[in-house]
Amino acid sequence: MTAQKRASQIELTANSLTCERDDRVLFEQLSVHVANGDLLQLVGPNGAGKTTLLRLLAGLNQDFDGDVFWRGEPLQRVYASYAHQRLYMGHLSAVKRALTPIENLRWLTSQWNVADDILWQALEQVSLAGYEETVCQQLSAGQQRRVALARLCVCPAPLWILDEPFTALDHYGVSWLEQQLEQHVAKGGAVIITSHHALQGIPSLRQLELGSVHP
Amino acid sequence: MSLIGSTIKRDLLLAARNPGEWANPLMFFLMVAALFPLAVDPAPAFLAKIAGGVIWVAALLATLLSLDGLFRADVEDGSLEQWLASGESLYGMALGKALVHWCISGLPLTLMSPVLGLMLALPTDAYGALVLSLAVGTPILSLLGAVGAALTASVRSGGLLLTLLILPLYIPVLIFAASAVYHAGIGMPYNGQVAMLGAMLALALALTPFAAAAALKLNLSR
Repeated sequence: MTAQKRASQIELTANSLTCERDDRVLFEQLSVHVANGDLLQLVGPNGAGKTTLLRLLAGLNQDFDGDVFWRGEPLQRVYASYAHQRLYMGHLSAVKRALTPIENLRWLTSQWNVADDILWQALEQVSLAGYEETVCQQLSAGQQRRVALARLCVCPAPLWILDEPFTALDHYGVSWLEQQLEQHVAKGGAVIITSHHALQGIPSLRQLELGSVHP
Repeated sequence: MSLIGSTIKRDLLLAARNPGEWANPLMFFLMVAALFPLAVDPAPAFLAKIAGGVIWVAALLATLLSLDGLFRADVEDGSLEQWLASGESLYGMALGKALVHWCISGLPLTLMSPVLGLMLALPTDAYGALVLSLAVGTPILSLLGAVGAALTASVRSGGLLLTLLILPLYIPVLIFAASAVYHAGIGMPYNGQVAMLGAMLALALALTPFAAAAALKLNLSR
């Protein structure tokens, strides 16, 4: 296996995950496996634990029973290298309203050292050309979302973990994002996503149904 | 650019865009010194005795005023979560935030202090001690304050809680710093007090970012 192939190899495995919140079992004995080319959509009603599972797979939440492995190693032990290989986007977009899109994008991608002209192109791709120097508080909610999503065009991480990325996007934005997901998966990346949006158009889609909230 | 450097740059840029946030405590600092001689005996002999203490109390309260929102915005808009997701240690985040806070509060307070000394008839010999004690003392205030701000980051009106938590920790700094300025004013050596402040700064630099990082982690593990 060449070094480059190794660098983009995705192997995220979770075994017998059990998670409780406020005496309510969100999921029990759940197993997840994500490899190159996978698109895993977590579905379920509000409060079913989709975000909790996502944060857990992203390594941000350690309050659970079970094991998560990245390339065969326990996730927390290899967290620094894992963090570099996966992009996590929460439903909070981390976009500062007093800064311009380009300044926000610079911060959001500083972990990967992306050159400035590539960032400008990314903003163009999310239809924010002409707004690069406008502070974000003057942009609409959908445009602010696009600033955060512009990361997808430039970030070299093979695994994307996205929490409700379709929020506030218009028709054009939705189809753009669907296309990005499809391309990323086709290139051998992997995506774990929570969304109420139907992603049926993408062939490699797998759905993981999280239980009902009602006991 | 590394995430720490990029965050420091971003926070300084944010401060430049919202000057109200950091200018308000500085105005407060200036106001206290301007109003004090009007309310008490304005004779220079009397003011000279209390000037160091008044300036230091005002600097401490101005710092407390500016601390409240240190981490709250980052918790609420998801920046902190992104930081955690990047795999960088929260120690760096806490240290960087405290550094930026000092640049926009402690540093201007230190630079403004000679003017306040003039307004309060500070003895000429004490100016050096005043600036030195503020230069060494205000970073301690920022570092300790970062711990309190991290603990109260997800409390919506955490200002009072923050004050109650942090004020007792500020008292040793106040005592040594005010004593340094007073002793300099009456022509006595003040190296001992400044050395104590330096020791406190070294301790705070080494330990408080750990405490602040742990507190930030608590905020995120919901």
